Amino acid sequence: MDMLKVRGVSRHFGSLVALNNVDLELRAGEFHGLIGPNGSGKSTLLKCLAGALLPTSGTITLFGHDITSATPFERSRVGLSIKFQITSILPQLSVYDNMLLAFQAGDGMVSQMISRTRRSLRDQIMLMLKRFRLAGRANGLAGNLSHGQQQWLEIAMALSREPKVLLLDEPTAGMSPQERRATGELLLETKDECPLLIVEHDLDFVKDICDSLTVLDQGKVVASGPLSEVQSDKRVREAYLKHA
Amino acid sequence: MAIDHQKLSRPVLPWIEGGLFTLFLFLPLVLEHYWVLFITRVVILGLLALSFDLVWGYVGILSFGQALFFGGGGYCAALIATKLQVTSVLILLPSAVAGGMILSFVIASIVLFGRRSPTAVFVALGTLTGSYVAERLLQGWTYVGGQNGIPSLPRLTIGSVEIEEGIRFYYLAFGLLILVYLGLRWLVRSQFGLVLGGIREQEERLSFLGYKTQNYKGIVFCLAGMVAGLSGGLYVFHEGFVGPAQVSPMFSTQVALYAMFGGAGTLVGAVIGTGFVEAVGYYVSQYWEMGWPILLGFLLLIIVTYRPGGLISFVVPDRERVGAFGGKDADVGLELEDKCHGHA
Repeated sequence: MDMLKVRGVSRHFGSLVALNNVDLELRAGEFHGLIGPNGSGKSTLLKCLAGALLPTSGTITLFGHDITSATPFERSRVGLSIKFQITSILPQLSVYDNMLLAFQAGDGMVSQMISRTRRSLRDQIMLMLKRFRLAGRANGLAGNLSHGQQQWLEIAMALSREPKVLLLDEPTAGMSPQERRATGELLLETKDECPLLIVEHDLDFVKDICDSLTVLDQGKVVASGPLSEVQSDKRVREAYLKHA
Repeated sequence: MAIDHQKLSRPVLPWIEGGLFTLFLFLPLVLEHYWVLFITRVVILGLLALSFDLVWGYVGILSFGQALFFGGGGYCAALIATKLQVTSVLILLPSAVAGGMILSFVIASIVLFGRRSPTAVFVALGTLTGSYVAERLLQGWTYVGGQNGIPSLPRLTIGSVEIEEGIRFYYLAFGLLILVYLGLRWLVRSQFGLVLGGIREQEERLSFLGYKTQNYKGIVFCLAGMVAGLSGGLYVFHEGFVGPAQVSPMFSTQVALYAMFGGAGTLVGAVIGTGFVEAVGYYVSQYWEMGWPILLGFLLLIIVTYRPGGLISFVVPDRERVGAFGGKDADVGLELEDKCHGHA
């Protein structure tokens, strides 16, 4: 079953065509990699999916509902969660407060005003922080975490809403090999929770965790399908070689 | 696993709040009548500065419309007092609050509420325009006194007791300041306040987490409009008149100066800033009347450039200024974590 379906999505910036008639499907239980050389349109596509940019044409559906022009808030409410390339945690708040913000997002305003869920969410927050190896830093400022830990915190925040589809933009950017390996393990633990669309430069990382791939080049889909098929596709090798 | 030991040190803000309000409680008992009038004005304008601090210091809305809600509340109460011969505090002050709320809701409907959140510049210019339009409108509207405004307002009453300017009026204003302050303090330290802090720091991130940020901003904006309206209601009866200058963009800017001088995002900083600017302004303008606005401008420039946290940032650390919404819970969380390790 297709959870997320992209049909004929294009995005123009003036005369520049960043995305050109892109199709993509994300199925239940699937980890799908979105790869391509620099400037191929991966992040633009992710932004269109998240609602940070609106496509010039085409449609995006989530469980059959058209979300092409929905706001980020509306997409989040129907189960889409995202971590962008540049970490956007709240550095001046504690790690715990960052998580509390993510966990309480479904509460009503009155409930938030009387701080009704502050205590009841504590165990869930600490469990999630423990899972992402951040429990010991709960009381520290999020801005004092290492780059890799900030990425984990943001993934943890994205997962806290129990999303139906998770979008990750370069979650291992700037990480050490050990942190990258640990991130792969952490993501594989979420396999039963929600399907994942991941934009990544590190091909080895993608091969380790993804079931299927879509390759973009100059805003167009070059190949899409199971990992083994796409890896052996001649057009994919050409796309990468010409940028090498 | 390494424990992050950067915890909040002993908080400073409650000591400043306690000290300031204790001082305010006893000060009028030892001051001459003229100075009681002066600090009454400081307390009333402190309420107005609180309203600006709420929107700017906690949600990041640069509002140049606070004077509009202040003056709007003042005009509303003054019109009821003069046209209907009403002097009861229990009618006039709620009318002023309602006036501020209605005006702020109208402005929020135009510049804040919408499907997508507007830019900060749009909101700043929208509120500035609202203030400007209101000032021009009132200047030409004879029903509300035109350029001269509404003079000779009657004294407020509670039952048969007249609240004359001086000690009585001071304690009325001070009591309301304490009530509003405690209410706002509770709000900004709640989980709702955490959302406000999140919107101020990373609004886009908050909307991706599922928060309809413009609703939060709109509600806080209207709440601040109500506080400004209350302040306006008190001010016009204390001074005995209301005029178009009280809704002007110039006055809105002055309010922004109070909060920025004292230190935005702390509430108490706004009250301290009001007292500081009014006191220095009073002394300087006695000797150098034309020079005070110039000196004020320079002082603001220095503060904004070298000490953006305002005067209060000399004694209050940044971590405490920004907030510690989950502090206690995080400590408990750490205990849980230690237990988890203990069982492992």
